[in-house]
Amino acid sequence: MFLINCPYCGERDQSEFSAGGEAHIVRPKQPTELSDDQWAEFLFMRKNIKGVQLERWNHSHGCRKWFNMVRDTSNDKIHAVYKMGEKPPIK
Amino acid sequence: MTKNLRIAKSKFIDQTSRISFKFDGKTLYGLKGDTLASALLANNIHLVGRSFKYHRPRGIMTCGSEEPNAIVQIGNDPSITEPNTRATEIELYEGLEASSQNCWPSVNFDIGAINNFFSPLIPAAFYYKTFMWPARFWKIYEYFIRQSAGLGKSPTKPDKDIYDHRYLHCDVLVVGGGISGIIAAKTSAKNNLNTVLIDDKNNLGGTTLFQHNECFKINNSYSNEWLKKEIETLNSVENLTIKTRTTLAAYHSYNYLLAKENLTDHLDLNEKKGKIRQRLWKIRAKKVVIATGSMERPLIFNNNDRPGIILSSSIKKYIDYYGVKCGEKVSLFTNNDTVYETAISLTNSGVSVNSIIDIRDKTNSLIVKQAEKLGIKIHWKSTVVNTKGYKRINSIEIMKLSDDGTSVIEKKIKEECDCLGISGGWTPRVHLFTQSGGKLKFRDEDNVFLPDKTELDQISIGSCNGDFELYDVIKNSSKLVNKFLNINNNDYEKLEIISSKEMDKKNIWLLPSDKSLGRTKPFLDFQNDSTAKDVKLALREGFKSIEHVKRYTTTGMGTDQGKLSNMHALGIIAETAGVKMGELGTTTFRPPYTPLTFGAIVGRNVGEFFDITRKTPIHDWHVKNKAEFENVGQWKRAWYYPKNNETMYDSVQRESKAARNSAGILDASTLGKIDIQGTDASEFLNRVYTNAWSKLEIGKCRYGLMLNEDGMVYDDGVTTRLSENHYIMTTTTGGAANVLSKLEDYLQTEWPELDVYLTSVTDQYATVSICGPNSKKILSKLIPDLNLSDKEFPHMSFKNASINNIKCKVMRISFTGEHSYEINVQSSYGKSVWEKCFEAGKEFKITPYGTETMHLLRAEKGFIIAGQDTDGTMTPVDLQMDWIISKKKYDFIGKRSLYRSDTIREDRKQLVGLLTDDPNEILEEGAQIVAETSKKPIEMLGHVTSSYFSPNLNKSIALAVIKNGKNLKGQKMYVPMKNKTINVTITDTVFLDKENKRLNA
Ligand SMILES: [Zn+2]
Repeated sequence: MFLINCPYCGERDQSEFSAGGEAHIVRPKQPTELSDDQWAEFLFMRKNIKGVQLERWNHSHGCRKWFNMVRDTSNDKIHAVYKMGEKPPIK
Repeated sequence: MTKNLRIAKSKFIDQTSRISFKFDGKTLYGLKGDTLASALLANNIHLVGRSFKYHRPRGIMTCGSEEPNAIVQIGNDPSITEPNTRATEIELYEGLEASSQNCWPSVNFDIGAINNFFSPLIPAAFYYKTFMWPARFWKIYEYFIRQSAGLGKSPTKPDKDIYDHRYLHCDVLVVGGGISGIIAAKTSAKNNLNTVLIDDKNNLGGTTLFQHNECFKINNSYSNEWLKKEIETLNSVENLTIKTRTTLAAYHSYNYLLAKENLTDHLDLNEKKGKIRQRLWKIRAKKVVIATGSMERPLIFNNNDRPGIILSSSIKKYIDYYGVKCGEKVSLFTNNDTVYETAISLTNSGVSVNSIIDIRDKTNSLIVKQAEKLGIKIHWKSTVVNTKGYKRINSIEIMKLSDDGTSVIEKKIKEECDCLGISGGWTPRVHLFTQSGGKLKFRDEDNVFLPDKTELDQISIGSCNGDFELYDVIKNSSKLVNKFLNINNNDYEKLEIISSKEMDKKNIWLLPSDKSLGRTKPFLDFQNDSTAKDVKLALREGFKSIEHVKRYTTTGMGTDQGKLSNMHALGIIAETAGVKMGELGTTTFRPPYTPLTFGAIVGRNVGEFFDITRKTPIHDWHVKNKAEFENVGQWKRAWYYPKNNETMYDSVQRESKAARNSAGILDASTLGKIDIQGTDASEFLNRVYTNAWSKLEIGKCRYGLMLNEDGMVYDDGVTTRLSENHYIMTTTTGGAANVLSKLEDYLQTEWPELDVYLTSVTDQYATVSICGPNSKKILSKLIPDLNLSDKEFPHMSFKNASINNIKCKVMRISFTGEHSYEINVQSSYGKSVWEKCFEAGKEFKITPYGTETMHLLRAEKGFIIAGQDTDGTMTPVDLQMDWIISKKKYDFIGKRSLYRSDTIREDRKQLVGLLTDDPNEILEEGAQIVAETSKKPIEMLGHVTSSYFSPNLNKSIALAVIKNGKNLKGQKMYVPMKNKTINVTITDTVFLDKENKRLNA
């Protein structure tokens, strides 16, 4: 059970949060200009890597804010959390 | 048979308080402080169960949680009995009733024991191999296996006991209250760290608590006396919380741990009532010190499973702690120094020790010399090749080992005994360390896995870290704790310690016998009855992975997770396969460390607290008016209101007719309601709904369909524009929370530039819906000053009004196809407004209707229910709702997906209406639809999603999704059922009032 440092509230138990998949997948501004393949890339393709991954999390039972997290999926270590719109602090 | 094997020497047992208990129906006596196991042994009862496969008699083997054999059923009431408890961990209390498991009809006469004589026919994976084929015999096999495999009886009634959960936060958690744990806890607390020390026993001290031996001294005192004083000082240490009878069950990442505290299990029956039985602690510790000690290993030799064969350290605990003799003529068998301590304890307590059989050539440590001085006979370089005695060991056979240890030589010596103590060395309890994700390393010198790398802020100290001797335990624990906590404390490093040091080590995983392996029974896993032979057979059959061997032979798969002999299994596999043990890896230890009760897991979340129940403000009225309720998510919704013993069908038919012929009233408070405000609110709605919103006039309502990015229908509902920048959105009852989350997600992450604020107001409003041709008259009685003309208040519009000074928002919208109003009021007025509506409607025989009638009425109109007629694979086009997709809008959620190659396929499943040829035949929801019945295999073209008998049309109607259904209107289809095939015709989805005349009636 992780201890997650919400950028707005501070350290809270994982049970207050929900995970939202891979981060930094930007919704295309002009979807109609895209081919099926390009749209499918946005819609379906996710990395799910073993190792350091950038993820979206939501403090759903708290401030309800979405934020991003740098997490190593191989050992569950959270290297950093950062607000939406910010660049990942560690790569 | 019954004998008193108690000596009066023990300080830990209250010799004056006799306790009566029952075992297998027989009344016996023990003393306060006993475990069930020690009390049974004091009564000379060793035989406590039968083994799983061969039903061999099995006796108490240990004194702790690793016990494989003494698994008992507690309680005589079959409704609340508890199976699979370990007799070695049950503290004796007045009124305890326990019985053997895994034996039928009785522990002394067991029918399954016949398996033992056929055992050459029951090799590894016997059950898998034999009962696999032919499959149709499985019913017979299952009966046979269930009868003879005694896995305990489940209770049949709900658990009456109370369980509890609590959180605990601390700087340092110390797991294990032995000597190293005490050192760690005291050091930590004295340095102002908020410290918690837990131990699964009823008192602290571990095995040093009763180590009274010349060879182990601290500052010139016996180690037990020194430790006793140390424990006494703990009470006055600040910042220290001690929890005994508390077992650490699981160690998760981020130092999140679960511990189970037993609060009443040790109390007398009449003292347990009304108290919390067990508490599950959810612990978040900044730092964790694991001091869980080690387990003694058995030795693997022929017939090593007879009752009376006990781990040597357990024999020592029974005599030194409980004052109980495990036998009167004890032989001891070892590969290390441990048994010498046991031999000395036994001799000092007046129990005669026959001899010690030691596989080592000769060794001269302090403790061995002391045993020799007491005149104890030692067979060096020897092994036990066989044991005898069916229900209790009565003799052993000893032979000399060859130089390489693979065979036995010289003359067989027979020794009579009633107890055999065995010791195969020690296994550090690294279970918690590995549960936490830690990686192990292997130490060749004494064949142990030790904690190595960890990502967490934790250390392991004492014997769970591979320090087995008193000197090392104290000095190293102290050093490690200082470093871990970054403090400087020399108290323990200055101690003068005398401690016998083991000088010679020798290990043989599978000890040889004078018989060939095939004719011996060297048990590895006592609970699951697998032998060294089985493991070797599995290897011969080609199994290589330790995890596969484990599952194939069931070694380590019992309730004890094979704690005792996992190392031997690994050793034998490594040896046979010719690889190094360290390279083989070990099996995974999964939580819980010892079994947890379901009660402790669920805590207070039982009965009505299992889940939240949401009730509308009008709920009490529904109850009073005898509504049946339906669960919709967490909501209780009125389902139908049976009158005079009506069936559900009859109620729904009556309610449906009333709503269409005069007036019906529905509690729609559960609909999700989201308040949307901000200068970009219209733009936001444009992006989340498929249709256009910018031009919606203030005071008007519009139906919207919300998609996922994949183009599939997600939710629907009516949204009303209250003012320029203010809307109120309704969602489905079940979708409310998810819709809000989804909208917040887009606002925060994709469109943060939009000025929009979302607030859930579902609970703030109660919604009363009145429908039917008389609804207008009823509303005009309630709100006389409101102009209800179609011109002033048309369909799909909204008015602010008040009913007896109660402010309300009235929408003229309809989910039934009837002229209808939804009145939204502040929740606290909900019931009052409902009652006023009901009163005003009385002259029109207004009829309350529930969700079932609502579903029927909307189906007559062909309105969908998101989640019933859609299942996450339906686009608006599939639903034949093309009209709701704006052609002008550049983008909205899911738009691009509506013309992916897959979503524009003609042969997608599409929503259609179905009419049965026989109008009285009602289809089953979920029934499959086919185009022909002769040619097999028959292609399933779709299924029925909604089906009712319509009292207003006097025929059965249904909605269905069918491949290419859009182009099949008028076609005949078939719905094959178990006993018949129903003929149907594909129709339009709107069955009633296609012209929408009723809306404006
Ligand atoms: Zn937060």
